[in-house]
Amino acid sequence: MVAKFDLTDDSVVVVIGTGAGGGVVSNELAQKGVKVVALEAGGRYLPEDYINDEWESFGQLAWTDPRTTSGDWRVAKDFSGLPAWIVKAVGGTTIHWAGASLRFQDHEWKAKTTYGEIEGANLLDWPIDAEEMAPWYDKAEAKLGVTRTGDRAGLPGNNNFKVLEKGAKALGYEEVHTGRMAINSADYDDRMACQQTGFCFQGCKWGAKWSAAYTDIPRGEATGNLEVRDHAHVARILHDDSGKVTGVEYFDKDGNLQMQKARIVCVAGNSFESPRLLLNSASEMFPNGLANSSDQVGRNYMRHMTGSVYAVFDKPVRMWRGTTMAGIVRDEARHDPSRGFVGGYELETLSLGIPFMAAFLNPGAWGRSFTSALDSYENMAGLWIVGEDMPQATNRVTLSDVKDQWGLPVANVNFSDHPNDVAMRNHAYAQGEAIYNAVGATRTFPTPPYPSTHNLGTNRMSEKPEDGVCNKWGQTHDIANLFISDGSQFTTGAAENPTLTIVALAIRQADFIAREMAAGNI
Amino acid sequence: MSKIERQGLTRRALLARSVAAGALVVTGAGFLAAPDAAWAMEVSVISEHQMATLIQMARDIYPHDRIADQFYAIAVKGYDADDKKALVEEGVAALDAAAQAAGHADYISMGWEEDRVSILQAMEDSGFFQTVRGGLVTGLYNQKDVWPIFGYEGESFSKGGYIERGFDDINWL
Ligand SMILES: Cc1cc2nc3c(=O)[nH]c(=O)nc-3n(C[C@H](O)[C@H](O)[C@H](O)COP(=O)(O)OP(=O)(O)OC[C@H]3O[C@@H](n4cnc5c(N)ncnc54)[C@H](O)[C@@H]3O)c2cc1C
Ligand code: SF4
Repeated sequence: MVAKFDLTDDSVVVVIGTGAGGGVVSNELAQKGVKVVALEAGGRYLPEDYINDEWESFGQLAWTDPRTTSGDWRVAKDFSGLPAWIVKAVGGTTIHWAGASLRFQDHEWKAKTTYGEIEGANLLDWPIDAEEMAPWYDKAEAKLGVTRTGDRAGLPGNNNFKVLEKGAKALGYEEVHTGRMAINSADYDDRMACQQTGFCFQGCKWGAKWSAAYTDIPRGEATGNLEVRDHAHVARILHDDSGKVTGVEYFDKDGNLQMQKARIVCVAGNSFESPRLLLNSASEMFPNGLANSSDQVGRNYMRHMTGSVYAVFDKPVRMWRGTTMAGIVRDEARHDPSRGFVGGYELETLSLGIPFMAAFLNPGAWGRSFTSALDSYENMAGLWIVGEDMPQATNRVTLSDVKDQWGLPVANVNFSDHPNDVAMRNHAYAQGEAIYNAVGATRTFPTPPYPSTHNLGTNRMSEKPEDGVCNKWGQTHDIANLFISDGSQFTTGAAENPTLTIVALAIRQADFIAREMAAGNI
Repeated sequence: MSKIERQGLTRRALLARSVAAGALVVTGAGFLAAPDAAWAMEVSVISEHQMATLIQMARDIYPHDRIADQFYAIAVKGYDADDKKALVEEGVAALDAAAQAAGHADYISMGWEEDRVSILQAMEDSGFFQTVRGGLVTGLYNQKDVWPIFGYEGESFSKGGYIERGFDDINWL
């Protein structure tokens, strides 16, 4: 039975956003008997609604409310109003995500200690470590059904993977396989096995890929402890004179402003909206925004060092067939400063359809150099680079002069690469090209980063209150009943795709919140 | 001469053929047609010359020799609109002026792609060029009918995915 809570019920936990962080924390709390109201700006879509068509799906799911950009990243020039490619819907970006699910390497929890002082980087160690996270990773892997963990087999390799594997092995790479994927290689947890349809980014129509939209959300609702309100855009978090949060104001389906009371508020709107919301909630008592005594809200925005390498061969590959990202080379993920940069990167298979390839292969390019690449689309293979980028205080989300449909200042996203990011990207481009050249590529394309899919760090965790926004539980240093529950709590980004870690942190946070509530501490 | 020119065909004949070919519907006075009349296109706000220039320009920006004019025409047909008229008039006039300065009658009568491209390069930063180029990214490449020309197969859910249809059929590695 789906719960319905009163707007004046001040015993509920309000969760803002229902993606990897918010969707999981909502369900986990509900499973423990905690009453939850989850407010989600987007609508509800299930596998039967997903569309196997890149632009149509984008129109259905993507966050297209206005945002502005600045800084020297190319996205600010080519896609100035679209700094990120993320979802606005119940389930958040776990509808779009490709399912790559990797644990951090042990040293990545301690970036500052491991890498030392890096000029221009605002590095910090996480206030938690690998040992502490291990049991939570176990739970997250079981929830997501990650292949190659537990007793779950790997996915079969598709054409794009086979090209990557052959080239990588020819170069001497050893850790090459079809990935640790939150995509079923066999039926698991009431979800069927992957059918190799190849539209993982557009929402899995078979439900083979884990998404909060059709797992955690309905399961939480089934407990009778979770109410999800869709088309509910939170405008502001409210607090009382003692500085505790008391509820939130949101615009409902009909555009009316509502006020929901709360005992605890969890912010999980992804790394642009979460800091934006804290900044937009500024008050007389907190003139710089909520939980911002450190002035770190919105800062240290990380998007992973990314890029792609596509390559053309003399014979067909048909890379779009099958699982989009089930293929990885992990050998470069290690920290080895002899390569000319700190941290490391992963290489993962990737393919785009013709519509997105035309938009993203080399944005703004035209003429035969560009079109002859597309003419060889059928013979193309592709990989995506994902590596650790440096947190920088000036890479940040601030409030823009532009307002959204609710009259609220939107997020401006300022980003420029750190020299370490550039050195790592150049290294990765060269290695990616070498992989494909080893299998006879006739032409390679070092493709620039797309609008961000991984957005991290804008409300980071820190040991000391002056260094960050929240503590090791995601609880804000300034306000005990205000939590950060999404990727914005990342202290540093590590080389791995972030969602498994977001989910592990959310499970752990729910456990903490339930315990603290029971103990009467919050 | 451009490959697209006004033809001395009756509107009725064009209508019949274009419908038969599943192409554009002709509803007004001025029209464009392929030399072989395989398809036709009517313009009501901008001139036939302006539309023909846009189609040529579209091909010069994203040249794919295996893609027929018809698809470029579909990609730019939205410029035949009141709110686009001024942009098109000014843009095409600039293209023709540059062509004339180089000793040609107009843009579409320049025989070599390289010559037309050098004119486009010189106006690459103009609003006209950027609008036309930007619009083509979806206007051309998001046409489902051009996907097979690139070998792209589109959605596969209705066919059960590729699990039994060659997701791993690469045979030359
Ligand atoms: C194409 C693509 C592929 C990806 N592939 C992978 C992958 O293979 N592996 C991996 O680890 N990660 C992947 N990611 C990244 C992954 O999806 C994100 O890291 C993850 O979903 C982020 O979780 P989150 O909780 O921070 O935010 P989200 O999942 O984005 O959820 C935030 C939610 O909050 C809602 N919201 C925002 N503001 C408000 C507001 N004011 N009021 C109410 N609701 C609000 C949003 O609508 C959204 O639904 C991919 C992302 C994309 C786009
Ligand atoms: S390839 Fe597999 S995981 Fe991806 S959308 Fe298709 S069935 Fe789902």
